[in-house]
Amino acid sequence: MENKNFTVSVYTENNIGLLSRIAAIFLKRHINIESITASRSEVNEVMRFIIVVNISEEKVRKIVGQIEKQIEVIKAFYHTDEELIYQETALYKIRSADFVEDLNIQDFIKETNARIVTVTPKFFVIEKTGKRQETENLYEKLKPYGLMQFVRSGTIAVSKNEMQISEILEKFNTTSVS
Amino acid sequence: MEVKTAKFKETPAATKVTVSGAEAVIKCLLEEGTDTIYGYPGGAIMPVYDELYKYRDTLHHVLTRHEQGATHAAQGYARVTGKVGVAIATSGPGATNLITGIADAQLDSTPMVVITGQVGSHLLGSDAFQEIDIVGISTPITKWNYQITKASEIPEIFAKAFYIARSGRPGPVLIDITKDAQFASMEFSYKKCSGIRSYIPYPEVDPEAVQLAAEAMNNAKKPLIVFGQGVILGSAEELFRQVVERSGIPAAWTILGLSALPTAHELNVGMVGMHGNYGPNILTNECDVLIAIGMRFDDRVTGNLEKYAKQATIIHFEIDPAEINKNVQVQIPVLGDVKESLELLLNYLKPNEHPQWHQEFKKYYDQEYEKVIKNDLNANVGELKMAEVIDEINTCFKGDAIIVSDVGQHQMVTCRYAKFNSTRSNVTSGGLGTMGFALPAALGAKMGSPEREVVAIIGDGGYQMTIQELGTIFQTRAAVKIVILNNGFLGMVRQWQQMFFEKRYASTELVNPDFVTIAKGYHIKTNQVTERAQLKDAIKEMYDAQEPYFLEVKVEKEENVFPMIPTGAAVSEIRLE
Ligand SMILES: Cc1ncc(C[n+]2csc(CCOP(=O)(O)OP(=O)(O)O)c2C)c(N)n1
Repeated sequence: MENKNFTVSVYTENNIGLLSRIAAIFLKRHINIESITASRSEVNEVMRFIIVVNISEEKVRKIVGQIEKQIEVIKAFYHTDEELIYQETALYKIRSADFVEDLNIQDFIKETNARIVTVTPKFFVIEKTGKRQETENLYEKLKPYGLMQFVRSGTIAVSKNEMQISEILEKFNTTSVS
Repeated sequence: MEVKTAKFKETPAATKVTVSGAEAVIKCLLEEGTDTIYGYPGGAIMPVYDELYKYRDTLHHVLTRHEQGATHAAQGYARVTGKVGVAIATSGPGATNLITGIADAQLDSTPMVVITGQVGSHLLGSDAFQEIDIVGISTPITKWNYQITKASEIPEIFAKAFYIARSGRPGPVLIDITKDAQFASMEFSYKKCSGIRSYIPYPEVDPEAVQLAAEAMNNAKKPLIVFGQGVILGSAEELFRQVVERSGIPAAWTILGLSALPTAHELNVGMVGMHGNYGPNILTNECDVLIAIGMRFDDRVTGNLEKYAKQATIIHFEIDPAEINKNVQVQIPVLGDVKESLELLLNYLKPNEHPQWHQEFKKYYDQEYEKVIKNDLNANVGELKMAEVIDEINTCFKGDAIIVSDVGQHQMVTCRYAKFNSTRSNVTSGGLGTMGFALPAALGAKMGSPEREVVAIIGDGGYQMTIQELGTIFQTRAAVKIVILNNGFLGMVRQWQQMFFEKRYASTELVNPDFVTIAKGYHIKTNQVTERAQLKDAIKEMYDAQEPYFLEVKVEKEENVFPMIPTGAAVSEIRLE
């Protein structure tokens, strides 16, 4: 089976140890995590991890099974790029002098759909949100001007389908004690 | 509004009393029905030990001689009783010494709660004396773990820990408690946990899946059942027996499934896997329907996966969703507790006998008998074989004993030849293959089932890994019968060296101490067998003993265990020599 990008979404209880528990599952199987983010989710007090991996579908299916097995994981899913709306954000710090000399800033902003976050006499900070290729393209474009710093966030994504986490939690609240 | 992530039942102890965190720990254990715990004291757990002293008449603490022994003893106790085993240790080295037993319990799905003391919470992260991140270390080998830093958390965390350890697919849970949380006072009340919203221990059984399974089983011409420990963990032995008898399907077991069905049952066709029986291994690759029940297709069972039961429709009765399609692609998964799914299955199963198909097993058994079993059991001349010892134990104990085996050749021989009449009688380290498991596990098994005979069968190598637990056996007078099969080698490794490394015996020959003298030093009754003629009487004397008993048997030095599936080979490529 060929490798593909898969985005694993994990809904969890807010628990300190969970990140290392989830990371250990990937580590044990020698799977490189391309990116990982954690934030609150649409459900009160439920966390959401978004983990991007490049592996076969069979592997990602097993990984999701192992993740879901962890006590504090409410539900885990995996999606292909087509099933998601996803974005990344990158920040580029550039020496003002180089930048201003060579480029028409107005045109640049228009062309790249980037945003200037901060301007100081010494440096500019530019922000770009989009697909990996877009932030990559901008990286190539700015490289000649001497990037002072570059950083990119992990992928964040929402699925086109419903996740139905609230329903799962609701079911727990309404079923009687066994 | 506070979000409820778990449910708790009201119990008599729901009224509050003010106690220390340490006393709360004891109270939690008592609430959960714990009567015996195994452990070793030290600085960071002393407040709890102080309470253990006060509660010594209600909660029995067994001082093992090493923390690893405490975990294995708790495992032995859990395996024979089905209750949650409890082990306790101090922080730092006490905690790290528990790791092997926790890992063993994780791989063999043994319900266990492990308690560790931790440095005071103000010292956490400062590399304090005996501070170790045991929660971090134990994360990949626990079903769940948690660090308590406030006394008030104790009841809820313990309730959750016991619930998680015993429900669904059981496993070990570790609770780390800082010293200040043990000292602090708190309002104690206890409610048992009855549900955690992010955890589904018993997936719903899909009746349609069960029907599909029944249909495939009813229509099969050459079906084979392979059962594992799931049958025992789900307390489904009786239902399982009915399934086997109704369907007439030959049933083979994995090493941990052993004793779920009496070994003498006419439909029991023996063990699958690397040193299993000839018939069930070969016929795995000839059956038309393979019915896996509460087993997980471990590589020691399947051999080469590319060549495993490719011709068969595979049905998998399994409680853990992550096990479905993990190693083997199955056509009919039946998720859920076997106690539920097998009960449903019985409604649809048609009576059958498969006489011709059983003849196939008989044929292969006869071949195995001629080439292997006959020689193992009736050597008559030369050095004693391991199997002769097991056979004599069968004769004397009549299949009623709990047999605890360590890891190596003697383990394989024990599991191949030991007779069992009742369930929860085979205790061995299957998944982790932990040498040193048997001696402490036998102690725990004896304490869990004091009315039964417990025989530990151990190699001279593994014995020396936890030999110090003789001290615990001496101190508790737990009447464990210890049999050392002494071949002067790390036999299983030596066998591989002989077969696959041209007899280069690198570091597998043991220069052993006088085991009898050592046992005598612990005031344990001893005997030694060096010749065949002594065996019968020695086993009889051991059987008659009312106290702990040690028997050393000198066996053939370079015996090899067969049948054997070489690594990388298919189950049907199993060799008889
Ligand atoms: C803790 C541990 N270390 C190493 C091994 C690898 N190993 C498996 S079997 C074996 C030899 C066991 O020798 P012995 O206890 O004498 O039993 P025998 O095979 O001779 O019956 C070894 C070293 C293991 N299973 N466990």
